[in-house]
Amino acid sequence: MARTRLWALTLVAGLALAGIGPAGAEEYRIVLDKMQFGPVPAEVHPGDTIVWENHDLFQHTATARDKSFDIDLAPGAEASMVVGKAGAVDFYCRFHPGMTGTLNIAS
Amino acid sequence: MKKLPLLAAFAALLLSLPAAAQDPALNDAQIAHIAYTAGQIDIAAAQQAIEKSKTKAVVEFAQEMARDHKAVNDQALALVKKLNVTPEDNATSQALSKQASAKLEELGALDGKAFDTAYIANEVAFHKTVDSALSDTLIPGAQNAELKALLETGLKLFTEHEKHAEHVAAEIK
Repeated sequence: MARTRLWALTLVAGLALAGIGPAGAEEYRIVLDKMQFGPVPAEVHPGDTIVWENHDLFQHTATARDKSFDIDLAPGAEASMVVGKAGAVDFYCRFHPGMTGTLNIAS
Repeated sequence: MKKLPLLAAFAALLLSLPAAAQDPALNDAQIAHIAYTAGQIDIAAAQQAIEKSKTKAVVEFAQEMARDHKAVNDQALALVKKLNVTPEDNATSQALSKQASAKLEELGALDGKAFDTAYIANEVAFHKTVDSALSDTLIPGAQNAELKALLETGLKLFTEHEKHAEHVAAEIK
């Protein structure tokens, strides 16, 4: 029993290492600094991961206009999220509404 | 209506800043003092709003002001220490503080919606005038590159706060 489970785990780990993960999901990082969002990847896909990194002095949020995500980021903090369904999602900082960007989620 | 004369006086005070910069009156120690004072004024106003207001959007806005201005002022203190500069009190800082005390007292007499409206209106006006002072006088006048950079961050922050204050003003109308 224990041996079977171990074997299954090894298999999963091996697949993950080989990059045969769930549909080859990618990880992207978006940095917030000096009161703005840094470069956003041109295109992401459902299931990809986005890590928001706040390098700024100030607390920010990454908040989707369509409410699909709303992430609080203390100064120096980072937080990750999994990309949802396809579409162009505009996002902004709830505290500093001039900070904006768009996430293009291709299907 | 009662707040108009004070606002006008405050605007006039800051409009007179560019003239002050033309004769090289303001040195970095004074510029740092003015920027720091403006931040402290907004923190004091925020603390009053956090105590007095019962409106979520207003309290959250005030918490943001207190948090952001403390962050930038902490950075300013660290910078002047590093540069071995002692912020120097000056006529502009004194006038700012005097106006701010009068405003705190004026707002202290108000409650409920009257307070919320007056606080947010003053936040819009205050950030607008500080934006102008930063871009027309303080940033061009700053000699030290790091101080200039911090003031530029301050300008972005003040501009965003002004926009946010305008949103809140529309929301609580």
